[in-house]
Amino acid sequence: MIQYTLQRVALALGIVFVAISALYGVMIALPGDPTSVLLGPRATPEMRALFREQMGLDDPLVVQILNFWGRVLSGDLGTDFFRNRSVATAVMNALPHTVALVFGAIFWSATLGILLGAFSADRRNSLLDRVTGVISVAFIAAPSFVVALYSLLLFAVTLRWFPSIGAGEPGDLLSRIQHLVLPSLAIGLAWVGYVARIVRASMLEAMGESYIRTARAFGLPRRRVVYNYALRVAILPAVQVLGVGIGGMLSSAVFAEIVFSRPGIGTLIYTSVSDRNYPVVMGAMLVAIGFFVTCALIADLINAALDPRHRKTQ
Amino acid sequence: MSGFRHTLIGRLARDPLAVMAIVIIAALVVMAVFADLIAPYDYTAMHMTDRFAPPSAEFWLGTDNLGRDTFSRLLQGGRIALTVGLTAVVISGLIGLVLGMIAGFGPRWLDNALLFFFDTLRAYPTIILALALAALMPRGLTTVIVVVVITSFAEYGRVVRTQTLSLKHSEFILAERAMGASFGRIVFHHILPNVLGPFFILAAMNLPVVITIEAGMSFLGVGVPPGTPSWGSTLKDGFDHIRQTPWLILSGGLPLILVTLGFTFLGEALRDQLDPRLRSGR
Amino acid sequence: MMDTQTDTLAVRDLSVSFDTRAGALQALRKVSIKVPAGEIVGVVGESGCGKSTLIGALLSLLSENARVVGGEVLLDGEDVLRATPRRLQAMRGREMSVVFQDPMTSLNPVLSVGRQMRDIQYRERISDAEKSRRAAAMLGRVGLPDPEAKLHAYPHELSGGMRQRVAIAMAALMEPKLLIADEPTTALDATLEVQIIELLKEIQREIGCAILFISHHLGVIAELCDRMVVMYAGEAVEEGPVEEVFQRPAHPYTAKLIECDPGRLHERVEALPAIPGSLPDLTDPPAGCIFRDRCHMATEICAREAPPRVAVTPGRWSACHHAKAVSA
Ligand SMILES: Nc1ncnc2c1ncn2[C@@H]1O[C@H](COP(=O)(O)OP(=O)(O)OP(=O)(O)O)[C@@H](O)[C@H]1O
Ligand code: SF4
Ligand SMILES: [Mg+2]
Repeated sequence: MIQYTLQRVALALGIVFVAISALYGVMIALPGDPTSVLLGPRATPEMRALFREQMGLDDPLVVQILNFWGRVLSGDLGTDFFRNRSVATAVMNALPHTVALVFGAIFWSATLGILLGAFSADRRNSLLDRVTGVISVAFIAAPSFVVALYSLLLFAVTLRWFPSIGAGEPGDLLSRIQHLVLPSLAIGLAWVGYVARIVRASMLEAMGESYIRTARAFGLPRRRVVYNYALRVAILPAVQVLGVGIGGMLSSAVFAEIVFSRPGIGTLIYTSVSDRNYPVVMGAMLVAIGFFVTCALIADLINAALDPRHRKTQ
Repeated sequence: MSGFRHTLIGRLARDPLAVMAIVIIAALVVMAVFADLIAPYDYTAMHMTDRFAPPSAEFWLGTDNLGRDTFSRLLQGGRIALTVGLTAVVISGLIGLVLGMIAGFGPRWLDNALLFFFDTLRAYPTIILALALAALMPRGLTTVIVVVVITSFAEYGRVVRTQTLSLKHSEFILAERAMGASFGRIVFHHILPNVLGPFFILAAMNLPVVITIEAGMSFLGVGVPPGTPSWGSTLKDGFDHIRQTPWLILSGGLPLILVTLGFTFLGEALRDQLDPRLRSGR
Repeated sequence: MMDTQTDTLAVRDLSVSFDTRAGALQALRKVSIKVPAGEIVGVVGESGCGKSTLIGALLSLLSENARVVGGEVLLDGEDVLRATPRRLQAMRGREMSVVFQDPMTSLNPVLSVGRQMRDIQYRERISDAEKSRRAAAMLGRVGLPDPEAKLHAYPHELSGGMRQRVAIAMAALMEPKLLIADEPTTALDATLEVQIIELLKEIQREIGCAILFISHHLGVIAELCDRMVVMYAGEAVEEGPVEEVFQRPAHPYTAKLIECDPGRLHERVEALPAIPGSLPDLTDPPAGCIFRDRCHMATEICAREAPPRVAVTPGRWSACHHAKAVSA
């Protein structure tokens, strides 16, 4: 397990390093004056000269990328020249909102998805199973930003059950949660469908396994066997899918944040792109990719921890 | 005709889900192709007296903030969606096919390198990357396609690689090789036909994703140029005027849901037929 | 005939069918088997003859498309097929338990051995520590070194022989009246097979249970069992004490089997010897004797009438029109 963990962590670090370096490289290697790219069109010539000097923009590309990493590792993500704050501050202020959103979505998809999947596997071919099957596909088929817009329209604008704007009062947990319900559901809905289907399929597979029959043969109650033994195995692929799915959820979060006017990484990138505020774009990308890769890594390790076979076969 | 029942099309024709999928897709394609003939109005024509009109006999799906006919615009949007979708799927599919086969056939180090490359590309959250790149590139369909290709060919590559690897060591390929079959023959006669099944399933599933990304980018204002009637732009107009009319959002989202539904069903039906092992067990 | 009261297991005229696309597949037809208390009874038959279906019926754990068409299964006089689900659950594991063929797949891969052994004691009103202690004690009894440590092991961390010992320990843990073993040694090599056979004998002596032992290896049956039942295509065709059956088989099928595999334990057989011909179609079994197509002694009556059970010697019968001639 230790060796496996180290291997996975190394791979994840490698991915983040290459992904970000490539992006940074493209940004500064692109035709045009990098100072105008990195500082935006509104920068004064003095700012540019200073910046060129500071950043070592005349150095070879590789050196510049390494320098960039050197700064990142010392916690310096650059400066937001538009608002005169450090990029790290901007990103770190936005991150918790996005993380809450994504975990809200995971909460929805895990609870609803696992419940639906387990029920329909348990009562295969029942009405509930069929209805769940159709609902799952419908959920998967609904693009998250359309769901976000529809739910904004229905629950916030028309029915007024939930607030439509913002992330809630700081310090007021209830208000925060109220503001989280709709956007996280909009992101999570498609995943409810995915998870339900995966859990159902792998549960049916597990229930055909010999060890499930063994458990029944030893007189363990059916329910216990289904929900304890089979489900335990069936959750594993769902964990994996959700871990990888966080990448997709981050994309959906951009829409959810904009549709519900929430602060977060998505909104930050969106406004920075409109302002051509590249240092912030870069910093936010770094954090988004790091977050995603970390989550996928954690899902992988959880899987390994829950499934002792996994560790050996890798 | 008895043979027909056993062809792929014949089997699909007996799967209600597949029939539904094909009907939806066919309807969308017809509407997109003949948009100009079907559209009741010019999609740019503004009916300033009928702004924010709800659906009526005159404007089937209502009008937008500039009094343009939503239905006509959605038809035109279908064209954009299909153009972007098909182009991007074909390009990323081809890149994925080639890279996947190289990974599957190549030496171990190359395989590992390509796998790492695929993993790295997957680490970019699509829309976030789209935003970042859109900031560097001119706004337009080309940019949309480039972004989509970058974020999706790795998926094809992985699938093709896995398939190639499993075939490479299968007995019939080993036998062919032992008999001295050329590399080209093995690739074109054995690997390719067997890779295509999963490949098309993936393509069917991927197309609506691509269309959604286009709509999403247009919604965020980094997709099609302003004024272009992408489904995403219609949704954006609806979002901007959500308190004036619900109809723009409602009707703008509908084709996206239908497209996704249609292609998802098709992909599933294809999977059931081409790869019974992966049967979803509906 | 022995009194049912002294039989731990009595299967009477059990018929089980599977609903298939081709129609009802009659996997078991009027099968009768007795396992007297404290004895080891072997069931032998080639693949597809219905051995696993029999076990499924005994435990009432048949697949969804199975139907019990008729007959009864009495466990210590109590009808298993008509027991309430609750009662059935109470019987499983406590009064009868099973060792399945492949311990790799029949043990839960994601739970530790200890957890699985504690779980099957869920009905006992004792602490977890006590359950673990009992589990470890049983693991020690089946000959696993360092049983406490084994509680923390996962199945894939054990060797094949050890896994099967664990499976036997689980089956013996609740000291059942009847222990069913479904080809428990097929997945093991010859040396391990002998060890497992010895272990089952020992367990039988210690807890005094009856054992229904299923195998396609005649040598194992000869070594382990007191009595044996020969099955063919869903029917029991011969039953009797092991030595007698081996010395003078009374059914042409049994005779053929023994001719090809004289039942020596240390000779490994992968499957029952091949006899020319194939199993009849169980969705449409032929009239007359089920073995007719492959029988070298078949006469005209065999095509017409299903053979009755012919008593050969007391406690021993054969379903063959010419039983007496075969065993002569
Ligand atoms: N669920 C099922 N549905 C339909 N037919 C089945 C089912 N299970 C078993 N059968 C059929 O019933 C017959 C008896 O099968 P069974 O598994 O009991 O044989 P077996 O003696 O245990 O064979 P083996 O030695 O291979 O384990 C076979 O013809 C088999 O194909
Ligand atoms: S009854 Fe006839 S066919 Fe059947 S086993 Fe006896 S001799 Fe052979
Ligand atoms: Mg069997």
